[in-house]
Amino acid sequence: MTNAAIAMNRFGLGARPFASAPASPTNWLNSQIDKYDPALSASASQPSRASIAASFRDYQLDPKDRQVAGKDAAATMPVDSMTQIDPAKIEKVVNTLRLQYVAAVDSRIDAAITSDTDFAERLVHFWSNHFAVSIDKLPVLALAGDYEFTAIRPHIMRKFSDLLFAAVTHPAMLLYLDQAQSIGPNSPLAAQVAARRNRNLGLNENLAREILELHTLGARTVYDQNDVTEFARALTGFTVGGMAKGPVQRFLALNGKDGDSQFFAAIHEPGDRNVIGRRYRQKGEAQARAILADIATHPATAKHIATKLAQHFAADVPPSSLVARLEKSFLESGGDLPKLYRTLIDSPEMWLAKQAKFKSPWDWVISSLRALNVRELPNNRQSANMLAQMGQPIWKPGSPAGFSDVTENWAGGAALMRRVEIASRIAERSANRVDARTLAPRILSTQLGAMTAESIARAESPSQGLALLLLSPEFLRR
Amino acid sequence: MLNRRCFVTSGALGLGVAAFPGVGWAAPGTDKKFVFIIQRGAADGLATLAPTGDLDFLRARGDLAADAATGVKLDDMFTLHPALTESAKLFALKQASFAHAIASGYRERSHFDAQNILESGGDRPYGRDDGWLGRLLTLLPREGAKGLAVAPAVPLALRGPIAANSYAPSRMPNANSDLMTRLTNLYAEDAQLSALWSGAQAAEAMAGAPADQALRGGKALGQMTAGLMNGPNGARVVMLEANGWDTHFQQKGRLNAALGQLDALVGSLRDTLGSEWSNTLVMVATEFGRTVAFNGTGGTDHGTASAAMLFGGSLTNGGKIVADWPGLKVSQLYEGRDLKPTTRFEQFASDALAQHFSLDPVRTRRALFPDFA
Repeated sequence: MTNAAIAMNRFGLGARPFASAPASPTNWLNSQIDKYDPALSASASQPSRASIAASFRDYQLDPKDRQVAGKDAAATMPVDSMTQIDPAKIEKVVNTLRLQYVAAVDSRIDAAITSDTDFAERLVHFWSNHFAVSIDKLPVLALAGDYEFTAIRPHIMRKFSDLLFAAVTHPAMLLYLDQAQSIGPNSPLAAQVAARRNRNLGLNENLAREILELHTLGARTVYDQNDVTEFARALTGFTVGGMAKGPVQRFLALNGKDGDSQFFAAIHEPGDRNVIGRRYRQKGEAQARAILADIATHPATAKHIATKLAQHFAADVPPSSLVARLEKSFLESGGDLPKLYRTLIDSPEMWLAKQAKFKSPWDWVISSLRALNVRELPNNRQSANMLAQMGQPIWKPGSPAGFSDVTENWAGGAALMRRVEIASRIAERSANRVDARTLAPRILSTQLGAMTAESIARAESPSQGLALLLLSPEFLRR
Repeated sequence: MLNRRCFVTSGALGLGVAAFPGVGWAAPGTDKKFVFIIQRGAADGLATLAPTGDLDFLRARGDLAADAATGVKLDDMFTLHPALTESAKLFALKQASFAHAIASGYRERSHFDAQNILESGGDRPYGRDDGWLGRLLTLLPREGAKGLAVAPAVPLALRGPIAANSYAPSRMPNANSDLMTRLTNLYAEDAQLSALWSGAQAAEAMAGAPADQALRGGKALGQMTAGLMNGPNGARVVMLEANGWDTHFQQKGRLNAALGQLDALVGSLRDTLGSEWSNTLVMVATEFGRTVAFNGTGGTDHGTASAAMLFGGSLTNGGKIVADWPGLKVSQLYEGRDLKPTTRFEQFASDALAQHFSLDPVRTRRALFPDFA
């Protein structure tokens, strides 16, 4: 029974009152790997990338203004900084993009709350944060949902290399880390522009560096600045139809598919590349593909991914035995993700009674809603704001490193006070139909301690009982 | 020995069937309004309306009984809690009446079950999925059947065939102080959480929660509620929730705050409703009372009978206390510890409502409390 609680609350997104505890926790978790459905029912209503690109292109601003707008796009528009351009138009476009974001957030929440394969859903969230984009940049505001739904979700049960390629070549990532504007200095387009206007176009190393540092090998491992630059040269050519800036956009407007990633050979840096001691002689897109395939299975990547996965699921400082086992699985299988997850499930370190992880605001909100069988937050349209108040605005980590996965990041006094307020609010809405005394053992099972059970039983009202459940040490942790 | 019967209930508030032959519905066009304030957490009726005329009360509660005596003395037997200043004024104007030793039919001591019964009006926990306020709406003329809960969702009491609204300010409310105290206890043995929690509370205090916050909270709630009741489309049947009554420890200060807030709420309803106050009945009730004796932590534990209150601009029996007083000698207590119930809440509530809405008392009682014999 202890293992059932661990399966539901540590591996999954949290027990639900009507679902019976799994008889065999490991079978239950393993079966999710097979049953996982990457399709999102609610994503059917998501706007197409073409229509997102169309709204974005309406947004004809100077790059400087665009940046200012993007920074605050998820909050309120700083109208005073927009005096140069028609504020009504900006507001209209930003509102459209923001509505697309809010709709995508709701789809994500809906999937998380209703999923029967919630261990797999957590893996979606884990990978989406590993390959983080952030809506501080305006184009990402509308594309973040599409990114998770089409680049992350369909690839989490494949090889790591498939997931890597899908993530780093999605338009949201190409725009977020400036790859869409990166141009090979010796590419045909750069040569043409240099001849005509005496202007040099060049590389942007941002995506190349973050792939090596954050997505694959890990910081301070086996690469140096030369590897970053060489990799950046290889990546030139990947851009986004209709959404890139400058000359690239002008060319692609004629050829490209709006809002889709594409490889545009005219901006690719010609020549062989040397990355981490290997020579890549491929032409065009094949070159970056080959480099990505190699670093995806590099031992440093195996160690990096194993450490992050263990830290996410087991403990802030994960047991080295667990990391080593995951690393071995990753290396031996060439980054086979389902095998990696099965190794995690089979690891004894995952099944210790001690609740070592403090839930992130997202995990806590989702597990609360699942526990109370509530489909939406008190005000669905403000769900994004609520998570922002708690310190974890969805798809807005503010950095390509994503949200931190350690307790200190979430366990602050003010953050706890916000959870108290939100728990009170959620509990008030459910107190009519849920009895915390019977709910607590269903949700926490054997994790429910005597102090919490007693505290709930002595609550002055049904809603206070529910709030105490959601705020109990056992529920705040996993 | 005191006179056991200070005032005899049953029929004192109701006028009997004969007064309203054939009347089953409130008169069309009635502009009567009703507000029910539920005290969640079991309010101590013995502190709210202290039987200072009963020597056994002084014996049982000692110094705290002496504190109670500093309130407004209503008659030879009862003294109103010192925090209830507006209530005392209303009583003097015959715009308040109180009932004591009152309880629903529930005789266990679970908040959850007792509140469920107090709201559903049924005779067993979780036996009904509608409530007596919801059923009251069905007795009112259609245009007057407008129910409203000032809460994030419609509470059980107001549920029924006629949909009631709910309203709560969209701003995230501050969690109530009682929950805060409980969390302090819950986190006491958790090093990480207790450190975080004491820091969070210190920061909250620094941010400034003035001592009269509770009073202002009650006043603001009253103003907002009255605003929702005014005008031709205003709510006619309203439910409010008051928290912080489960005073297992440090009862004196906590009850002072909770009663002060309740009193401010009633006073502000009266002030903001203005001329409509004469068409309004306010009822305050809790799920059960608290032990006669104090426990070891300056508080009281779950009991049985408590007090209930009525306020209104045209109260028929204003300025009266309904109490078939059972006495407070140990032998007179329910299970040797609690004030014994002598008045049923179901009778009290249905009589008051029949009177207020000019409804047939028997039919009203049957509709509101069908399980009440």
